[in-house]
Amino acid sequence: MLAYVARRLLQSVLILFGVSIITFALLYILPADPARQIAGRSATAQTVDNIREQLGLNLPFYQQYGRYLIGLVQGDLGRSYLQKTEVGTLIWSRLPASLLLMVGAIVCELVLGLTMGMIAALRRGTALDKGLMIFSFVGVSAPQFVIGILLLYVFAVQLGWFPIGGYGTFAHLVLPSVTLGFLGAGWYSRMMRSSLLDVLRQDYIRTAEAKGLTRARVIFGHAVPNAILPVIAMIGIDIGLFMSGIVVVESVFGWPGIGQLAWQAIQRVDIPIIMAVTIVSAVAIVIGNLLADLITPLIDPRIKLR
Amino acid sequence: MTVLEADVRGIAAPPTRGILARLVRRPLALFGLVLIGLVVVVALGAPWIAPYDPYEQFFEGLSLEGAPLPPDGTFWFGTDLVGRDLFSRLIYGAQTSLIIGVVANGIAVLIGASVGIAAGYLRGRTEIVLMRFTDLMMAFPALLLAIVLAATFRPSLWIVAMVIAMVNWVQIARIIYTETRSLAERDFIEAERAMGAGALRIMFRHILPHLVSTIIVWGTLGIATTVLLEATLSFLGIGVQPPVPSWGNIIFENQTYFSSAPWLVFIPGIAILALALAFNLLGEALRDILDPTQQGYH
Repeated sequence: MLAYVARRLLQSVLILFGVSIITFALLYILPADPARQIAGRSATAQTVDNIREQLGLNLPFYQQYGRYLIGLVQGDLGRSYLQKTEVGTLIWSRLPASLLLMVGAIVCELVLGLTMGMIAALRRGTALDKGLMIFSFVGVSAPQFVIGILLLYVFAVQLGWFPIGGYGTFAHLVLPSVTLGFLGAGWYSRMMRSSLLDVLRQDYIRTAEAKGLTRARVIFGHAVPNAILPVIAMIGIDIGLFMSGIVVVESVFGWPGIGQLAWQAIQRVDIPIIMAVTIVSAVAIVIGNLLADLITPLIDPRIKLR
Repeated sequence: MTVLEADVRGIAAPPTRGILARLVRRPLALFGLVLIGLVVVVALGAPWIAPYDPYEQFFEGLSLEGAPLPPDGTFWFGTDLVGRDLFSRLIYGAQTSLIIGVVANGIAVLIGASVGIAAGYLRGRTEIVLMRFTDLMMAFPALLLAIVLAATFRPSLWIVAMVIAMVNWVQIARIIYTETRSLAERDFIEAERAMGAGALRIMFRHILPHLVSTIIVWGTLGIATTVLLEATLSFLGIGVQPPVPSWGNIIFENQTYFSSAPWLVFIPGIAILALALAFNLLGEALRDILDPTQQGYH
């Protein structure tokens, strides 16, 4: 177990190293010139050159990357080109909002997804089951920005139950969380359905029924807890989906998280911020996958770590 | 030799035979097929079906106050914020979605399958390099990578297709890799190798035919992902560039009007949802029928 964890951690570090090189290289060949962007439109060629030299943008690729990497391992993410602040500070100030949104999304997708999957499995073959499974396909096929705008239109503009956008109270959190969790709810309902059906076929369920337990006790005491665990173990993998999703969801709802930070930085070619958000996302994804892989064998001892 | 070849063909052929007949018997798959057929017909026949020029800004297409018009008899789906006919733009937008869906996903499948087969059959250093690179790509948030790529190269229809392909090949590569690895250890491949068949010949003539079902299933499901990614990029303004209509960029252009002119967001939104749903339903039905993961066809 320990050797496995050590090996996976080493792999993760290498992956993050690779992610940083690829992103840096992509941004290096970017046709937009950050020095000119910072200098502004009316700047002279001399000013632009000075800025370029100051930031080390005139150095060859390997030197620029080397400088960045040395900073990175010391926890220094560099300075924003346009906001004149440390990128680390910016990320730290935006991260709580994004994490809050992700927690909200996890709650939504679990509550919605597990409930739907459970009902579908217990009513297997009925119109309700079919309807729920079609709905789960809709969830998986719906573009997030359309769901977001639809929720805004119905619940904020028409009904006025929630604010149109922004951040601060619980009411602000609801619509963005549902939007971000909708896709996952679709997946979870399908996984929960097949997991529960699987469990209901097991011998110990027959034993529980045979010893005279009520249907409710069999289902909620024995079947559901066993069926839920492997499904919940997948949460780590969702982080990848969330990291993509927050860019869209935060821009639709004006949510002040790292997704919006990244999106604004991309539009203004603020390279240090783009780098930092990509690396933070990659770290989150790698940790999420690692957690999912480590939790699964704890839940089901039949699965061996390789 | 002949027996072996016949045997190989015998295994490879059945799963794809009579697919259409079996699909049509499933209501959801049939629904998906009909929807896809409809979009294809609309996209191909756009010049004849569209009532107006999708680029023409109609003077009578805006209200006296300069606001877009809601759906009525003249403009069936209403007009957009500069007075263009939304129905005609949607019809031409179908071309964009389909071209990107098919081209981008085609490239993604091609890359993914090549990487998967090469890594799974050749093993050794090739496997290590290719699969570690695949792991690395998995750690990128797909959308962020696509956004950075789209910002790197100025987006045009074909660039957007390339960007999506570069992001989406990863999953199929991993699936094909796993299947190739188990195929490569089977006796008939061993026999080919013993008879002196070259690696390329084995990969293309003997392994690839066994992966056809997997490629069909993931190729179909991948189109849904591709359609959604294109719509998202275009919604952010870095996908297909206006004035060329795409379902995503119609929403991008008109999103600020969503409370006063909701049809400008929801009609294209439904179109995107319907197309992605159709490919998901079809792909899922194909997976049921072909069952490639459980290898139940020999």
